[in-house]
Amino acid sequence: MDYLYHILVIALIYVIFASSLNLELGYAGLYNFGHVAFFAIGAYTSALLSLAGFSPAASMAIAVLCSAASGALLAVPALRLSGDYFGIATLAFGELARLFALNERWLTKGPMGLPGIPRPLGIEAGISGIPVYFFFTVTITAAVLLILRKTTMSPFGRALKVVREDEFVARAFGKNVFSLKVRAVAMGSLFAGLAGALYAHFVTYISPYDFSLNETILVLLCVVLGGKGTLSGPVLGAFVIILFQELLRFLPIPTDWGRFVSPIQGMIYGAVLVILMLKRPEGIIPEHRT
Amino acid sequence: MLTIENVTKSFGGLSAVCGVSLQLGKTPITGLVGPNGSGKTTLFHMITGFYSVDKGRVFLEDREITNLKPHLISRMGLLRTFQHTRVLPFLSTLENLIAAAPLQRGESLVQLFLRPGAVRKDERKNAQKAREVLDTIKLQPLAGELAGRLSYGQQRLLELGRILMADPRVIMLDEPTAGINPSLVRDLVRVIRGLTGVGIQVFLIEHNMPLVMELCDRVLVMDAGGLIFEGSPHEAVKDKAVIEAYLGKARDASKS
Repeated sequence: MDYLYHILVIALIYVIFASSLNLELGYAGLYNFGHVAFFAIGAYTSALLSLAGFSPAASMAIAVLCSAASGALLAVPALRLSGDYFGIATLAFGELARLFALNERWLTKGPMGLPGIPRPLGIEAGISGIPVYFFFTVTITAAVLLILRKTTMSPFGRALKVVREDEFVARAFGKNVFSLKVRAVAMGSLFAGLAGALYAHFVTYISPYDFSLNETILVLLCVVLGGKGTLSGPVLGAFVIILFQELLRFLPIPTDWGRFVSPIQGMIYGAVLVILMLKRPEGIIPEHRT
Repeated sequence: MLTIENVTKSFGGLSAVCGVSLQLGKTPITGLVGPNGSGKTTLFHMITGFYSVDKGRVFLEDREITNLKPHLISRMGLLRTFQHTRVLPFLSTLENLIAAAPLQRGESLVQLFLRPGAVRKDERKNAQKAREVLDTIKLQPLAGELAGRLSYGQQRLLELGRILMADPRVIMLDEPTAGINPSLVRDLVRVIRGLTGVGIQVFLIEHNMPLVMELCDRVLVMDAGGLIFEGSPHEAVKDKAVIEAYLGKARDASKS
Protein backbone atom coordinates (compact mmCIF):
# COMPACT_ATOMS: atom_id res chain seq x y z
CA MET A 1 0.00 0.00 0.00
CA ASP A 2 2.81 2.38 0.90
CA TYR A 3 4.42 1.41 -2.39
CA LEU A 4 1.29 2.52 -4.23
CA TYR A 5 1.22 5.84 -2.35
CA HIS A 6 4.89 6.30 -3.17
CA ILE A 7 4.26 5.82 -6.90
CA LEU A 8 1.27 8.17 -6.79
CA VAL A 9 3.26 10.92 -5.08
CA ILE A 10 5.99 10.63 -7.69
CA ALA A 11 3.35 10.71 -10.44
CA LEU A 12 1.76 13.83 -8.93
CA ILE A 13 5.15 15.54 -8.70
CA TYR A 14 5.59 14.79 -12.38
CA VAL A 15 2.11 16.16 -13.05
CA ILE A 16 3.25 19.50 -11.65
CA PHE A 17 6.64 19.28 -13.38
CA ALA A 18 5.09 18.39 -16.76
CA SER A 19 2.37 21.03 -16.46
CA SER A 20 5.01 23.66 -15.74
CA LEU A 21 6.90 22.69 -18.90
CA ASN A 22 3.65 22.67 -20.83
CA LEU A 23 3.16 26.35 -20.08
CA GLU A 24 6.40 27.05 -21.94
CA LEU A 25 6.24 24.34 -24.61
CA GLY A 26 2.53 23.95 -25.25
CA TYR A 27 1.43 27.55 -24.85
CA ALA A 28 4.39 29.83 -25.56
CA GLY A 29 6.00 27.36 -28.01
CA LEU A 30 9.37 27.48 -26.23
CA TYR A 31 11.52 24.36 -26.34
CA ASN A 32 13.18 24.37 -22.95
CA PHE A 33 15.64 21.47 -22.79
CA GLY A 34 17.01 22.50 -19.41
CA HIS A 35 13.79 22.45 -17.45
CA VAL A 36 15.30 20.00 -14.94
CA ALA A 37 17.56 22.84 -13.75
CA PHE A 38 14.59 24.58 -12.11
CA PHE A 39 13.41 21.30 -10.57
CA ALA A 40 16.94 21.01 -9.16
CA ILE A 41 17.06 24.61 -7.95
CA GLY A 42 13.75 24.10 -6.16
CA ALA A 43 14.90 20.82 -4.63
CA TYR A 44 18.35 22.02 -3.51
CA THR A 45 17.21 25.43 -2.23
CA SER A 46 14.43 23.90 -0.17
CA ALA A 47 16.64 21.09 1.12
CA LEU A 48 19.54 23.36 2.07
CA LEU A 49 17.31 25.90 3.81
CA SER A 50 15.42 23.30 5.81
CA LEU A 51 18.68 21.55 6.76
CA ALA A 52 19.97 24.94 7.90
CA GLY A 53 17.08 25.20 10.32
CA PHE A 54 14.30 26.97 8.44
CA SER A 55 10.88 25.38 8.68
CA PRO A 56 10.35 23.06 5.69
CA ALA A 57 7.21 24.92 4.58
CA ALA A 58 9.03 28.27 4.56
CA SER A 59 11.97 26.65 2.77
CA MET A 60 9.65 25.39 0.06
CA ALA A 61 8.11 28.84 -0.40
CA ILE A 62 11.52 30.50 -0.69
CA ALA A 63 12.73 27.75 -3.04
CA VAL A 64 9.78 28.28 -5.34
CA LEU A 65 10.50 32.01 -5.56
CA CYS A 66 14.20 31.30 -6.21
CA SER A 67 13.33 29.00 -9.11
CA ALA A 68 11.01 31.61 -10.61
CA ALA A 69 13.70 34.28 -10.29
CA SER A 70 16.37 32.08 -11.85
CA GLY A 71 13.94 31.22 -14.63
CA ALA A 72 13.52 34.91 -15.39
CA LEU A 73 17.29 35.43 -15.14
CA LEU A 74 17.94 32.67 -17.67
CA ALA A 75 15.09 33.76 -19.94
CA VAL A 76 16.24 37.35 -20.38
CA PRO A 77 19.51 36.52 -22.15
CA ALA A 78 18.42 33.16 -23.63
CA LEU A 79 15.32 34.62 -25.28
CA ARG A 80 17.49 37.06 -27.19
CA LEU A 81 18.50 33.96 -29.13
CA SER A 82 16.04 32.77 -31.72
CA GLY A 83 14.28 29.42 -31.97
CA ASP A 84 16.69 26.50 -31.93
CA TYR A 85 19.40 28.47 -30.16
CA PHE A 86 17.11 29.05 -27.20
CA GLY A 87 16.80 25.28 -26.93
CA ILE A 88 20.56 24.86 -26.98
CA ALA A 89 21.10 27.58 -24.38
CA THR A 90 18.59 25.96 -22.03
CA LEU A 91 20.18 22.55 -22.60
CA ALA A 92 23.51 24.03 -21.53
CA PHE A 93 21.90 25.63 -18.49
CA GLY A 94 20.43 22.28 -17.44
CA GLU A 95 23.87 20.66 -17.54
CA LEU A 96 25.39 23.67 -15.81
CA ALA A 97 22.99 23.32 -12.88
CA ARG A 98 23.78 19.61 -12.54
CA LEU A 99 27.53 20.20 -12.69
CA PHE A 100 27.21 22.97 -10.12
CA ALA A 101 25.47 20.60 -7.72
CA LEU A 102 28.10 17.95 -8.44
CA ASN A 103 31.18 20.13 -7.94
CA GLU A 104 30.36 22.88 -5.44
CA ARG A 105 30.87 20.62 -2.46
CA TRP A 106 30.95 23.42 0.11
CA LEU A 107 27.27 24.03 -0.66
CA THR A 108 25.76 20.84 -2.06
CA LYS A 109 28.14 18.20 -0.67
CA GLY A 110 28.71 17.15 -4.30
CA PRO A 111 28.03 13.53 -5.27
CA MET A 112 27.37 12.56 -1.64
CA GLY A 113 24.10 14.45 -1.82
CA LEU A 114 21.97 15.80 0.99
CA PRO A 115 20.43 13.23 3.36
CA GLY A 116 17.88 13.72 6.10
CA ILE A 117 15.73 16.42 4.55
CA PRO A 118 12.81 16.99 6.96
CA ARG A 119 9.22 16.77 5.76
CA PRO A 120 6.93 19.82 6.08
CA LEU A 121 3.96 20.29 8.44
CA GLY A 122 5.38 17.76 10.88
CA ILE A 123 4.83 14.84 8.51
CA GLU A 124 6.86 11.91 9.78
CA ALA A 125 10.04 10.87 8.03
CA GLY A 126 10.28 7.39 6.59
CA ILE A 127 7.54 5.09 5.36
CA SER A 128 4.99 6.01 8.03
CA GLY A 129 4.71 9.56 6.65
CA ILE A 130 4.03 8.55 3.05
CA PRO A 131 0.20 8.42 3.13
CA VAL A 132 -0.02 11.88 4.73
CA TYR A 133 2.52 13.23 2.27
CA PHE A 134 0.32 11.83 -0.49
CA PHE A 135 -2.63 13.95 0.65
CA PHE A 136 -0.34 16.96 1.05
CA THR A 137 0.83 16.48 -2.56
CA VAL A 138 -2.72 16.00 -3.85
CA THR A 139 -3.73 19.32 -2.31
CA ILE A 140 -0.78 21.18 -3.79
CA THR A 141 -1.25 19.57 -7.21
CA ALA A 142 -4.91 20.56 -7.24
CA ALA A 143 -4.00 24.15 -6.37
CA VAL A 144 -1.34 24.27 -9.10
CA LEU A 145 -3.74 22.92 -11.71
CA LEU A 146 -6.38 25.46 -10.71
CA ILE A 147 -3.88 28.30 -11.07
CA LEU A 148 -2.67 26.95 -14.41
CA ARG A 149 -6.25 26.54 -15.58
CA LYS A 150 -7.01 30.16 -14.81
CA THR A 151 -3.75 31.29 -16.41
CA THR A 152 -4.03 29.35 -19.63
CA MET A 153 -7.71 30.07 -20.20
CA SER A 154 -7.14 33.78 -19.69
CA PRO A 155 -6.16 36.51 -22.15
CA PHE A 156 -2.58 35.84 -20.99
CA GLY A 157 -2.79 32.22 -22.14
CA ARG A 158 -4.32 33.33 -25.41
CA ALA A 159 -1.55 35.88 -25.95
CA LEU A 160 1.02 33.10 -25.37
CA LYS A 161 -0.69 31.07 -28.07
CA VAL A 162 -0.55 34.05 -30.43
CA VAL A 163 3.20 34.21 -29.80
CA ARG A 164 3.48 30.46 -30.40
CA GLU A 165 1.54 30.65 -33.67
CA ASP A 166 3.17 33.73 -35.17
CA GLU A 167 5.51 36.17 -33.46
CA PHE A 168 5.19 38.75 -36.21
CA VAL A 169 1.43 38.86 -35.87
CA ALA A 170 1.79 39.11 -32.10
CA ARG A 171 4.04 42.15 -32.52
CA ALA A 172 1.78 43.68 -35.14
CA PHE A 173 -1.06 43.52 -32.63
CA GLY A 174 0.70 45.21 -29.77
CA LYS A 175 1.84 42.16 -27.82
CA ASN A 176 5.20 42.50 -26.10
CA VAL A 177 6.53 39.13 -27.26
CA PHE A 178 9.70 39.23 -25.17
CA SER A 179 7.89 40.07 -21.96
CA LEU A 180 5.24 37.39 -22.55
CA LYS A 181 7.92 34.75 -23.07
CA VAL A 182 9.90 35.81 -20.00
CA ARG A 183 6.74 35.61 -17.89
CA ALA A 184 5.93 32.17 -19.30
CA VAL A 185 9.42 30.88 -18.45
CA ALA A 186 9.35 32.46 -14.98
CA MET A 187 5.99 30.92 -14.18
CA GLY A 188 7.06 27.56 -15.66
CA SER A 189 10.20 27.66 -13.53
CA LEU A 190 8.18 28.56 -10.45
CA PHE A 191 6.09 25.39 -10.70
CA ALA A 192 9.10 23.28 -11.72
CA GLY A 193 10.77 24.53 -8.52
CA LEU A 194 7.69 23.57 -6.55
CA ALA A 195 7.79 20.07 -8.02
CA GLY A 196 11.49 19.88 -7.12
CA ALA A 197 10.88 20.99 -3.54
CA LEU A 198 8.05 18.47 -3.16
CA TYR A 199 10.39 15.79 -4.45
CA ALA A 200 13.25 16.68 -2.09
CA HIS A 201 11.06 16.65 1.02
CA PHE A 202 9.37 13.44 -0.06
CA VAL A 203 12.39 11.25 -0.79
CA THR A 204 14.36 13.11 1.95
CA TYR A 205 17.64 12.52 0.11
CA ILE A 206 18.79 14.23 -3.07
CA SER A 207 21.97 14.06 -5.10
CA PRO A 208 23.06 15.53 -8.44
CA TYR A 209 22.20 12.21 -10.11
CA ASP A 210 18.49 12.95 -9.60
CA PHE A 211 18.69 15.90 -11.99
CA SER A 212 20.24 14.61 -15.18
CA LEU A 213 19.20 15.26 -18.76
CA ASN A 214 17.11 12.09 -18.47
CA GLU A 215 14.67 13.95 -16.23
CA THR A 216 14.22 16.67 -18.85
CA ILE A 217 13.57 14.04 -21.51
CA LEU A 218 11.14 12.22 -19.24
CA VAL A 219 9.16 15.36 -18.53
CA LEU A 220 9.20 16.35 -22.21
CA LEU A 221 7.73 12.91 -22.92
CA CYS A 222 4.97 13.46 -20.36
CA VAL A 223 3.99 16.70 -22.10
CA VAL A 224 4.26 15.55 -25.70
CA LEU A 225 2.72 12.13 -25.11
CA GLY A 226 -0.15 13.53 -23.03
CA GLY A 227 -0.89 16.37 -25.41
CA LYS A 228 0.80 19.75 -25.32
CA GLY A 229 -1.23 22.92 -25.18
CA THR A 230 -3.94 21.32 -23.05
CA LEU A 231 -4.38 21.34 -19.28
CA SER A 232 -5.21 17.64 -18.95
CA GLY A 233 -2.65 16.35 -21.46
CA PRO A 234 0.45 16.61 -19.25
CA VAL A 235 -1.53 15.31 -16.25
CA LEU A 236 -2.47 12.16 -18.12
CA GLY A 237 0.99 11.98 -19.71
CA ALA A 238 2.71 12.05 -16.31
CA PHE A 239 0.50 9.28 -14.92
CA VAL A 240 0.91 7.13 -18.02
CA ILE A 241 4.70 7.48 -18.12
CA ILE A 242 5.33 7.00 -14.40
CA LEU A 243 2.88 4.13 -13.95
CA PHE A 244 4.09 2.47 -17.14
CA GLN A 245 7.70 2.64 -15.93
CA GLU A 246 6.63 0.96 -12.70
CA LEU A 247 4.58 -1.68 -14.52
CA LEU A 248 7.67 -2.69 -16.46
CA ARG A 249 9.09 -3.99 -13.18
CA PHE A 250 6.40 -6.66 -13.15
CA LEU A 251 7.13 -7.98 -16.64
CA PRO A 252 7.21 -11.80 -16.52
CA ILE A 253 10.88 -12.12 -17.42
CA PRO A 254 12.40 -15.48 -16.39
CA THR A 255 14.80 -15.11 -13.48
CA ASP A 256 17.73 -16.81 -15.20
CA TRP A 257 17.60 -13.95 -17.77
CA GLY A 258 18.58 -11.63 -14.96
CA ARG A 259 21.12 -9.63 -16.83
CA PHE A 260 18.65 -8.94 -19.68
CA VAL A 261 15.90 -7.52 -17.48
CA SER A 262 16.93 -3.91 -17.76
CA PRO A 263 17.55 -3.91 -21.56
CA ILE A 264 14.23 -5.69 -22.20
CA GLN A 265 12.40 -3.15 -20.07
CA GLY A 266 14.10 -0.37 -22.01
CA MET A 267 13.21 -1.91 -25.37
CA ILE A 268 9.54 -2.32 -24.51
CA TYR A 269 9.41 1.19 -23.10
CA GLY A 270 10.98 2.60 -26.28
CA ALA A 271 8.77 0.56 -28.60
CA VAL A 272 5.57 1.69 -26.87
CA LEU A 273 6.66 5.33 -27.08
CA VAL A 274 7.49 5.04 -30.78
CA ILE A 275 4.12 3.42 -31.51
CA LEU A 276 2.26 6.08 -29.53
CA MET A 277 4.09 8.93 -31.28
CA LEU A 278 3.33 7.39 -34.68
CA LYS A 279 -0.33 6.79 -33.88
CA ARG A 280 -1.02 9.98 -31.95
CA PRO A 281 1.55 12.63 -32.84
CA GLU A 282 -0.69 15.26 -31.22
CA GLY A 283 -0.61 13.37 -27.92
CA ILE A 284 -3.29 11.31 -26.18
CA ILE A 285 -5.36 14.46 -25.61
CA PRO A 286 -4.96 16.63 -28.73
CA GLU A 287 -5.42 20.39 -28.46
CA HIS A 288 -7.81 20.33 -31.41
CA ARG A 289 -10.18 17.57 -32.37
CA THR A 290 -10.10 16.84 -36.06
CA MET B 1 -1.72 61.71 -40.09
CA LEU B 2 1.27 59.63 -41.16
CA THR B 3 4.33 61.59 -42.26
CA ILE B 4 7.50 60.09 -43.64
CA GLU B 5 10.58 62.24 -44.13
CA ASN B 6 13.42 61.20 -46.36
CA VAL B 7 13.42 57.56 -45.27
CA THR B 8 16.28 55.33 -46.45
CA LYS B 9 17.08 51.65 -46.03
CA SER B 10 19.82 49.52 -47.52
CA PHE B 11 20.67 45.86 -47.11
CA GLY B 12 24.43 45.60 -47.45
CA GLY B 13 25.25 47.32 -50.73
CA LEU B 14 21.68 47.14 -52.02
CA SER B 15 19.66 50.28 -51.48
CA ALA B 16 16.05 49.12 -51.05
CA VAL B 17 14.37 52.43 -50.23
CA CYS B 18 16.09 55.69 -50.90
CA GLY B 19 15.01 59.09 -49.64
CA VAL B 20 11.24 58.58 -49.68
CA SER B 21 9.08 61.34 -48.24
CA LEU B 22 5.31 61.26 -48.16
CA GLN B 23 2.34 62.40 -46.18
CA LEU B 24 -0.95 60.64 -45.59
CA GLY B 25 -4.04 62.39 -44.41
CA LYS B 26 -5.37 64.54 -47.19
CA THR B 27 -7.37 61.67 -48.65
CA PRO B 28 -8.88 58.63 -46.96
CA ILE B 29 -7.49 55.89 -49.22
CA THR B 30 -3.98 56.06 -50.62
CA GLY B 31 -2.57 53.41 -52.91
CA LEU B 32 1.08 52.46 -53.24
CA VAL B 33 1.99 50.76 -56.48
CA GLY B 34 5.19 49.87 -58.28
CA PRO B 35 6.94 46.94 -59.91
CA ASN B 36 8.17 43.97 -57.85
CA GLY B 37 11.27 44.86 -55.89
CA SER B 38 10.62 48.59 -55.92
CA GLY B 39 10.68 48.81 -52.12
CA LYS B 40 6.99 49.03 -51.22
CA THR B 41 6.97 46.26 -48.62
CA THR B 42 10.32 47.42 -47.22
CA LEU B 43 8.78 50.86 -46.74
CA PHE B 44 5.82 49.26 -44.91
CA HIS B 45 8.18 47.29 -42.68
CA MET B 46 10.08 50.45 -41.78
CA ILE B 47 6.98 52.47 -40.97
CA THR B 48 5.62 49.74 -38.69
CA GLY B 49 8.93 49.12 -36.94
CA PHE B 50 9.68 45.65 -38.34
CA TYR B 51 12.76 46.98 -40.14
CA SER B 52 15.05 49.62 -38.68
CA VAL B 53 15.21 52.92 -40.53
CA ASP B 54 18.75 53.78 -41.68
CA LYS B 55 18.07 57.45 -42.26
CA GLY B 56 15.02 59.68 -42.11
CA ARG B 57 12.08 60.00 -39.74
CA VAL B 58 8.53 58.69 -39.39
CA PHE B 59 5.72 60.50 -37.54
CA LEU B 60 2.25 59.40 -36.55
CA GLU B 61 0.39 62.67 -36.08
CA ASP B 62 2.84 64.71 -33.98
CA ARG B 63 4.66 61.81 -32.38
CA GLU B 64 7.86 60.47 -33.84
CA ILE B 65 7.73 56.69 -34.24
CA THR B 66 11.04 56.15 -36.05
CA ASN B 67 12.58 52.83 -34.97
CA LEU B 68 10.08 52.23 -32.18
CA LYS B 69 9.33 48.58 -31.42
CA PRO B 70 6.49 47.19 -33.59
CA HIS B 71 4.19 46.45 -30.66
CA LEU B 72 4.45 50.04 -29.43
CA ILE B 73 3.66 51.44 -32.87
CA SER B 74 0.72 49.05 -33.10
CA ARG B 75 -0.62 50.24 -29.75
CA MET B 76 -0.59 53.82 -31.07
CA GLY B 77 -3.18 52.86 -33.68
CA LEU B 78 -1.05 52.10 -36.71
CA LEU B 79 -2.08 48.59 -37.80
CA ARG B 80 -0.93 46.50 -40.70
CA THR B 81 -1.44 43.25 -42.59
CA PHE B 82 1.29 41.15 -44.17
CA GLN B 83 1.87 40.33 -47.82
CA HIS B 84 1.16 36.65 -47.20
CA THR B 85 -1.79 35.63 -45.06
CA ARG B 86 -0.85 35.26 -41.44
CA VAL B 87 -3.85 34.09 -39.49
CA LEU B 88 -3.22 32.08 -36.34
CA PRO B 89 -4.04 28.63 -37.77
CA PHE B 90 -4.68 26.75 -34.53
CA LEU B 91 -6.92 29.37 -32.95
CA SER B 92 -10.57 29.68 -33.91
CA THR B 93 -11.82 32.52 -36.08
CA LEU B 94 -13.38 34.16 -33.04
CA GLU B 95 -10.21 33.72 -30.95
CA ASN B 96 -8.15 35.23 -33.77
CA LEU B 97 -10.31 38.33 -33.45
CA ILE B 98 -10.44 38.55 -29.66
CA ALA B 99 -6.67 38.03 -29.41
CA ALA B 100 -6.14 41.11 -31.59
CA ALA B 101 -7.77 43.48 -29.12
CA PRO B 102 -5.11 45.83 -27.78
CA LEU B 103 -4.05 46.32 -24.16
CA GLN B 104 -6.09 43.59 -22.53
CA ARG B 105 -5.81 43.75 -18.76
CA GLY B 106 -5.98 39.96 -18.57
CA GLU B 107 -2.63 39.71 -20.32
CA SER B 108 -1.03 40.95 -17.11
CA LEU B 109 -0.63 38.14 -14.57
CA VAL B 110 -1.01 40.59 -11.69
CA GLN B 111 -4.33 41.94 -12.96
CA LEU B 112 -5.46 38.42 -13.83
CA PHE B 113 -5.25 37.25 -10.24
CA LEU B 114 -5.89 40.47 -8.34
CA ARG B 115 -8.57 42.12 -10.47
CA PRO B 116 -10.58 39.27 -12.03
CA GLY B 117 -13.60 41.54 -12.35
CA ALA B 118 -11.82 44.01 -14.62
CA VAL B 119 -10.44 41.13 -16.70
CA ARG B 120 -13.91 39.62 -17.13
CA LYS B 121 -15.28 43.01 -18.13
CA ASP B 122 -12.58 43.36 -20.82
CA GLU B 123 -13.32 39.86 -22.07
CA ARG B 124 -17.04 40.55 -22.39
CA LYS B 125 -16.36 43.80 -24.22
CA ASN B 126 -13.86 42.19 -26.61
CA ALA B 127 -16.10 39.19 -27.29
CA GLN B 128 -18.98 41.53 -28.07
CA LYS B 129 -16.80 43.56 -30.40
CA ALA B 130 -15.50 40.41 -32.10
CA ARG B 131 -19.10 39.39 -32.82
CA GLU B 132 -19.73 42.77 -34.44
CA VAL B 133 -16.59 42.45 -36.54
CA LEU B 134 -17.66 38.93 -37.58
CA ASP B 135 -20.90 40.49 -38.85
CA THR B 136 -18.97 43.10 -40.79
CA ILE B 137 -16.70 40.57 -42.48
CA LYS B 138 -19.58 38.06 -42.85
CA LEU B 139 -17.78 35.13 -41.23
CA GLN B 140 -20.31 34.47 -38.42
CA PRO B 141 -20.97 30.84 -39.51
CA LEU B 142 -17.23 30.13 -39.18
CA ALA B 143 -16.76 31.67 -35.72
CA GLY B 144 -15.75 28.36 -34.10
CA GLU B 145 -13.74 27.01 -37.02
CA LEU B 146 -9.95 26.88 -36.80
CA ALA B 147 -8.60 29.80 -38.81
CA GLY B 148 -6.18 27.50 -40.61
CA ARG B 149 -9.16 25.72 -42.18
CA LEU B 150 -10.67 28.86 -43.74
CA SER B 151 -10.24 29.46 -47.46
CA TYR B 152 -7.52 31.83 -48.56
CA GLY B 153 -9.99 34.64 -49.24
CA GLN B 154 -11.73 34.13 -45.89
CA GLN B 155 -8.35 34.33 -44.18
CA ARG B 156 -7.78 37.66 -45.92
CA LEU B 157 -11.11 38.92 -44.60
CA LEU B 158 -10.24 37.63 -41.14
CA GLU B 159 -6.97 39.56 -41.23
CA LEU B 160 -8.88 42.70 -42.04
CA GLY B 161 -11.32 41.95 -39.24
CA ARG B 162 -8.46 41.48 -36.82
CA ILE B 163 -7.29 44.97 -37.63
CA LEU B 164 -10.76 46.33 -36.91
CA MET B 165 -10.52 44.84 -33.41
CA ALA B 166 -7.54 47.05 -32.62
CA ASP B 167 -9.20 50.49 -32.88
CA PRO B 168 -6.92 51.61 -35.70
CA ARG B 169 -6.34 55.17 -36.81
CA VAL B 170 -4.20 54.26 -39.79
CA ILE B 171 -4.19 50.87 -41.45
CA MET B 172 -1.62 49.61 -43.92
CA LEU B 173 -2.61 46.70 -46.14
CA ASP B 174 0.02 44.80 -48.10
CA GLU B 175 -1.70 43.42 -51.23
CA PRO B 176 -5.06 42.74 -49.59
CA THR B 177 -6.71 41.24 -52.69
CA ALA B 178 -3.82 39.13 -54.01
CA GLY B 179 -5.10 35.73 -55.07
CA ILE B 180 -8.69 35.92 -53.86
CA ASN B 181 -11.83 35.44 -55.91
CA PRO B 182 -13.83 38.39 -57.31
CA SER B 183 -16.82 38.10 -55.00
CA LEU B 184 -14.58 38.18 -51.92
CA VAL B 185 -12.77 41.15 -53.46
CA ARG B 186 -16.15 42.94 -53.41
CA ASP B 187 -16.55 42.08 -49.71
CA LEU B 188 -13.07 43.37 -49.03
CA VAL B 189 -13.70 46.60 -50.93
CA ARG B 190 -16.94 47.08 -49.00
CA VAL B 191 -15.13 46.64 -45.68
CA ILE B 192 -12.29 48.99 -46.66
CA ARG B 193 -14.80 51.65 -47.80
CA GLY B 194 -16.63 51.24 -44.51
CA LEU B 195 -13.42 52.05 -42.63
CA THR B 196 -12.99 55.44 -44.23
CA GLY B 197 -16.53 56.27 -43.11
CA VAL B 198 -15.36 56.24 -39.49
CA GLY B 199 -12.28 58.34 -40.17
CA ILE B 200 -9.66 55.63 -40.57
CA GLN B 201 -6.82 56.33 -42.98
CA VAL B 202 -6.06 53.49 -45.38
CA PHE B 203 -2.69 52.99 -47.03
CA LEU B 204 -2.49 49.97 -49.32
CA ILE B 205 -0.09 48.21 -51.63
CA GLU B 206 -1.95 46.76 -54.58
CA HIS B 207 -1.08 45.37 -58.00
CA ASN B 208 -4.61 45.22 -59.36
CA MET B 209 -4.72 48.57 -61.23
CA PRO B 210 -8.46 48.61 -61.98
CA LEU B 211 -9.06 48.13 -58.25
CA VAL B 212 -6.60 50.89 -57.36
CA MET B 213 -8.40 53.23 -59.76
CA GLU B 214 -11.77 52.35 -58.25
CA LEU B 215 -10.74 52.46 -54.60
CA CYS B 216 -7.94 54.98 -54.15
CA ASP B 217 -8.25 58.75 -54.06
CA ARG B 218 -4.54 59.18 -54.43
CA VAL B 219 -1.79 56.94 -55.64
CA LEU B 220 1.95 56.87 -55.05
CA VAL B 221 4.23 55.03 -57.44
CA MET B 222 7.60 53.63 -56.41
CA ASP B 223 10.38 52.38 -58.63
CA ALA B 224 13.87 51.22 -57.66
CA GLY B 225 13.48 52.45 -54.08
CA GLY B 226 12.31 55.95 -54.92
CA LEU B 227 8.98 57.70 -55.29
CA ILE B 228 8.40 58.56 -58.97
CA PHE B 229 4.81 59.74 -59.00
CA GLU B 230 2.17 61.17 -56.69
CA GLY B 231 -1.34 62.11 -57.82
CA SER B 232 -4.72 60.78 -58.85
CA PRO B 233 -4.92 57.21 -60.17
CA HIS B 234 -6.16 58.46 -63.55
CA GLU B 235 -3.10 60.65 -64.02
CA ALA B 236 -0.86 57.81 -62.87
CA VAL B 237 -1.79 55.46 -65.68
CA LYS B 238 -1.01 58.20 -68.22
CA ASP B 239 2.28 59.30 -66.65
CA LYS B 240 5.29 58.56 -68.79
CA ALA B 241 7.66 57.68 -65.95
CA VAL B 242 5.10 55.28 -64.47
CA ILE B 243 4.52 53.51 -67.77
CA GLU B 244 8.27 53.20 -68.26
CA ALA B 245 8.74 51.73 -64.80
CA TYR B 246 6.12 49.06 -65.48
CA LEU B 247 6.72 48.31 -69.15
CA GLY B 248 10.29 49.46 -69.81
CA LYS B 249 11.47 52.35 -71.97
CA ALA B 250 9.71 52.75 -75.33
CA ARG B 251 12.16 52.49 -78.19
CA ASP B 252 11.80 53.87 -81.65
CA ALA B 253 10.77 50.87 -83.72
CA SER B 254 12.36 52.18 -86.93
CA LYS B 255 15.85 52.22 -85.40
CA SER B 256 15.91 48.65 -84.20
